[in-house]
Amino acid sequence: MDVMKHEQNSSALIMTGIGKSFPGVRALYNVDFKLRQGEIHALMGENGAGKSTLVKVLTGVYLMDEGSVRIDENPVIIRSPQDAQKHGISTVYQEVNLCWNLTVAENLFLGREPRKMGLIDWGQMNRKAGELLQELNISADPTAQLDSYSIAIQQMIAIARAIYTECKFLILDEPTSSLDADEVKKLFTLMRKLKDKGVGIIFITHFLEQVYEVCDRITVLRNGELVGEYELEKLPRLELVTKMIGKEIENLSNLNTNKDESRFEGEVPIIEAREVSSGPSRVAPFDLKMYEGEVVGFSGLLGSGRSELVRSIYGADKAVQGQLFIKGKKVRIKKPLDAMRKGMAYLPEDRKVDGIFADLSVRENIIIALQAKKGILKRLTRKEMETYADEYIKLLNIKTANRETPIKSLSGGNQQKVILARWLLTNPQFMILDEPTRGIDVGTKTEIQKLILKLAGEGKSVAFISSEMDEMIRTCSRMVVMRDRYKIKELTQAELNQSAIMKTIAGGEVGNE
Amino acid sequence: MKDNKKSNILSPGLLAKRKSLSNTGVLLLITVSLFVLLYIISSFLFADSNFTKFTVFFNLFNNKAYLLMLALGLTVVIITGSIDISVGAVTGLISMVIASTLLAHGVSVIWTIPVSLGIGLAFGAVQGFLIAYMEIQPFIVTLAGMFFARGMISVINSNSVPITNKTFLSWSSAKIYIPFLYNVRNNGTHDVAYLTPAAIIAITVLIVLIIVLKKTKFGRSLYAIGGNGQSALLMGINVKKVKFQAHMLCGLLAGIGGILYTLFAPSGNPGNGYGYEIDAISSSVIGGAMLIGGVGLPIGTLFGVLINALIERVVPLLGIVEASWPRIITSAFLFAFIVIQSVFVSTSRKGGLRLQPLKLMKFKRYRRDLKL
Amino acid sequence: MSNLSSGNKSAKPALKPLVKSVLSSRLTFPLAVLLIVVVQNIITTPTFFHISITNGLISGYIPNILDEASRLVIVTLGMTLVIAATGGVDISVGPIMAIAASFCGLLLNGTEYRTDIFHSPLILALLVGVIGGALCGAFNGFLVSGLKIQPMIATLILYMAGRSIAKQITHGQTIYLMNPVYKWLGVQIPGVPIRTTIIISTVMVILVVLLVKLTSLGLYVQSVGINGSSARLVGLNSRAIIFMAFVICGILAAVAGLVESSNVGSVNSGELGSGIEMDAILAVALGGNMLGGGKFSIAGSVIGAYIIQAIKTTLYAMNVRADQLNVFKALIIIVIIVASSNVFKEKLKKVTHKVFSKNMSVGG
Repeated sequence: MDVMKHEQNSSALIMTGIGKSFPGVRALYNVDFKLRQGEIHALMGENGAGKSTLVKVLTGVYLMDEGSVRIDENPVIIRSPQDAQKHGISTVYQEVNLCWNLTVAENLFLGREPRKMGLIDWGQMNRKAGELLQELNISADPTAQLDSYSIAIQQMIAIARAIYTECKFLILDEPTSSLDADEVKKLFTLMRKLKDKGVGIIFITHFLEQVYEVCDRITVLRNGELVGEYELEKLPRLELVTKMIGKEIENLSNLNTNKDESRFEGEVPIIEAREVSSGPSRVAPFDLKMYEGEVVGFSGLLGSGRSELVRSIYGADKAVQGQLFIKGKKVRIKKPLDAMRKGMAYLPEDRKVDGIFADLSVRENIIIALQAKKGILKRLTRKEMETYADEYIKLLNIKTANRETPIKSLSGGNQQKVILARWLLTNPQFMILDEPTRGIDVGTKTEIQKLILKLAGEGKSVAFISSEMDEMIRTCSRMVVMRDRYKIKELTQAELNQSAIMKTIAGGEVGNE
Repeated sequence: MKDNKKSNILSPGLLAKRKSLSNTGVLLLITVSLFVLLYIISSFLFADSNFTKFTVFFNLFNNKAYLLMLALGLTVVIITGSIDISVGAVTGLISMVIASTLLAHGVSVIWTIPVSLGIGLAFGAVQGFLIAYMEIQPFIVTLAGMFFARGMISVINSNSVPITNKTFLSWSSAKIYIPFLYNVRNNGTHDVAYLTPAAIIAITVLIVLIIVLKKTKFGRSLYAIGGNGQSALLMGINVKKVKFQAHMLCGLLAGIGGILYTLFAPSGNPGNGYGYEIDAISSSVIGGAMLIGGVGLPIGTLFGVLINALIERVVPLLGIVEASWPRIITSAFLFAFIVIQSVFVSTSRKGGLRLQPLKLMKFKRYRRDLKL
Repeated sequence: MSNLSSGNKSAKPALKPLVKSVLSSRLTFPLAVLLIVVVQNIITTPTFFHISITNGLISGYIPNILDEASRLVIVTLGMTLVIAATGGVDISVGPIMAIAASFCGLLLNGTEYRTDIFHSPLILALLVGVIGGALCGAFNGFLVSGLKIQPMIATLILYMAGRSIAKQITHGQTIYLMNPVYKWLGVQIPGVPIRTTIIISTVMVILVVLLVKLTSLGLYVQSVGINGSSARLVGLNSRAIIFMAFVICGILAAVAGLVESSNVGSVNSGELGSGIEMDAILAVALGGNMLGGGKFSIAGSVIGAYIIQAIKTTLYAMNVRADQLNVFKALIIIVIIVASSNVFKEKLKKVTHKVFSKNMSVGG
């Protein structure tokens, strides 16, 4: 089946002078962008740089205020996603944008179902879907309902859908954020295949390594303006980061000064877990000790149970099963509030879904955990709330118009800082930070890493999860490695290097580096 | 070529995840078996009430043809994640309009049909516009629609208006006997099952709707926008238009329902159609539609309506004369179904409780055999 | 000339934020509508502000509206909390009113359908009525918070069955409460010149406002309404909060039911409070609250309730029959809801923006 047509003439998509404003914000100003056929083009920038806006303009979700789009020298007008599709532009967004209640085949063919006498031909649709999935090596049953598959598979299906259209230009908006290493590799194979067939691909990601692995060219945006377009080889990593944030970043390599673990000998751990679990389908029973003033990393592939492990200590999903000791005292934790009362704090992985209260103000978002801890009757006075909010806005350098601004109008990085403030305000002894730096800009990332070390320096114990290995190695003094829902190993300070971790994660089978 | 297909289906990648009966299927199964069970129990409990007779069974259709129309309309909008609570009042309005026009103006009876459908479509269009294009909450919009229709009934006439038009009454009382489906009475005569024209229209509409929802782009778009409107938009579906059309369809079905209701109870009465939106919603929900959107089947709705009709027939037989009891019992059923649905939603999120694939395949083969 | 233009320029930035804040404030819209209704009344009814004392009661147009709206105001308070916490509605408040009043009537009248003797202490009867309402609320709350059923569907059950249950409580008949002391609750306490309904509704508003402002209930309800998952992780018990919202809603509906039964002097399970659920939802929406849950304003809802009653009273004054009232109500709802919809507001903003920029170019 010839899914993608190969066209040799080097047509291109050219956007010139694009401008787009929202009430109070200028999201894009005079941006030029050129995508050739048969290239993988990274679109880079910090959060709020305008990447998503540019993509949404290109796909007809937003109408641009100024500028023009040309394909093969012909001006085109894109007013809706349908228009974009008509011009051969397909998109896979960060969140899986499919319908959970439809079958896999329907999700692939919705809007262009094969028909017989005007009616949808389900047999042919399922057959075609099966062929397409097999061609792309995706293991999914076309007739199964979409929500019976994991997010990763759903993401692959979304990509399959996008490339099934006779698409000349494919936009991948952070497709890798929910895929594990193996799936990323598969995706890259797919991308290269499409590239060879002449598809132009815009690739948006926060992972620098991935950019250098697969891309040909890089366009950098900053504050809604174009910084420049570069050949990959001519833009080394450090320079790219500099262009993205507009200043030299500090060398982080020596951030962690406090890595000596022998000092914990004889100390009572802040947290001690014995045979703790929260049901076998989530994470197998594990033992864990964490001491005052240390940052422990939790790594493993996506789905290995690293998030589930920390959630099970916090009682986030259900009551903690097994024995949990805090400072040597046995505790029972049935729900998050119990954990909070014992001095725990949990910054969840998914900021939008589990973290922020979108319509509430920054102030309310900051004090909510403390207020919940105090209970419904002991209300903080307005003055107290304002003092706390102002204190943390200043302390964490949160960029907001004022403390009464709804949190939804802040950038991702600043929202994350608000949530950190929320937890710091409860003065926790033990902090769980699940991907605190995901999807936020490089500058804020560094700030948060420093903050983590500072907290450890103040005697708090921090459980830290991140998809970025470098970040973990720089900040952690120990690392717990997870595989298939089991805690398999703890790596000491001396063992903390990329290849050792990779080896442990992969289960001893070396050779992938 | 055929071998090729087979190997495709049996390839390890596809075998890894086997087919399982979806929640929709399980909910439908429960509804259908509940109806069958209730019917069988009733026929044993009330042996002298002739539940084993074809006539009694078909009368469930005859008596509730109008409700089937309203409930199907509700199913359509509920699938898109919307709601329409004006359908009961629209039904009442149409019956009043038909009665008044026939009485006062002596208009040809055939004209009542386009007028009724026009009223239904008008409600659907205005409400659909406000919901889809002005993005106003469907509950509020159709609440206003309900107020408007109820008020208009009183504006037209606040008293009961009888229908005396001969043609209309002949439509109303017509019986279409079904050959071969009869029971022999004690005195030897045949008690032949029949359907009213209203029931036949309702069944036809049901079949058309089943095809539309399963086999047309519009039908699948309804499910898509109910499942995830944002995704549907990005997949190139004109969400607003589909939502608008869904409400138009619901309005049209309410229009048909109004006519069928008037055929069933030929008079215009200010109280007509009161509370029918609730009957329609509960039938739809008992039939497996979920108000979160994206889930629902017309055939399930049919069984929801049949259960409703059965309860109304059985409750008086229990010796309860008080008219409020069928409502209480229907509510209890609704309660039970809602609880079942909620259990399903929570277990399916945890990945449990799915029927094994074997049964479904058997069922499909059975269906294929039937066709042959 | 130059002076003028500079004056223009300085006026514009001052005007723009004002327009913006006026457009964005939650209370602006309901207040504006109330104002329109009042102005309309002043024009058509010269005696609008006229207040007199008849039979020891302050009476007149405005006290009349306050009196008539009292039940709706009380019910609306509970509805506001339910909508904010769940993003859904409680459509069973009318039947709950009937159930509460039936319990109370049953205790007061015993088996007699018309009497002026109390068969049980009044306090006990009122308490049982309120507890009945609370139980209904608890049932709804259990379905929504425990079984995770959408509020409208969960409350549909009591909406369908409630009046039938109330009818069973009162043995299928309308009962008449003839004792003058019972009238204190819904008409007048001897010697007090203000109708009791107005007093009770005001007290209820104050109680709920205190509950929301002095405790963290308001913040909790909003948090749960906006993001239940986050709420759980910051230590809030979403289930308990939603449950509580429904119980409070049930209690308030019960109070409204008791007031209503006292006001009309009877308990008719089919009629008492019928249609009030729709008015209450409407009042919440008119008050500028999002029906999708989250942030809410009690003041807005109360204003919304008074708007509805004012419109009703106005139409009655214009000789519109009660059963035809619905047509006008519907049209007014549509106009108000369309005017307050985001789509309309955005279009309006674009238009005003154009007007502003045109003015600017003319001025420059």
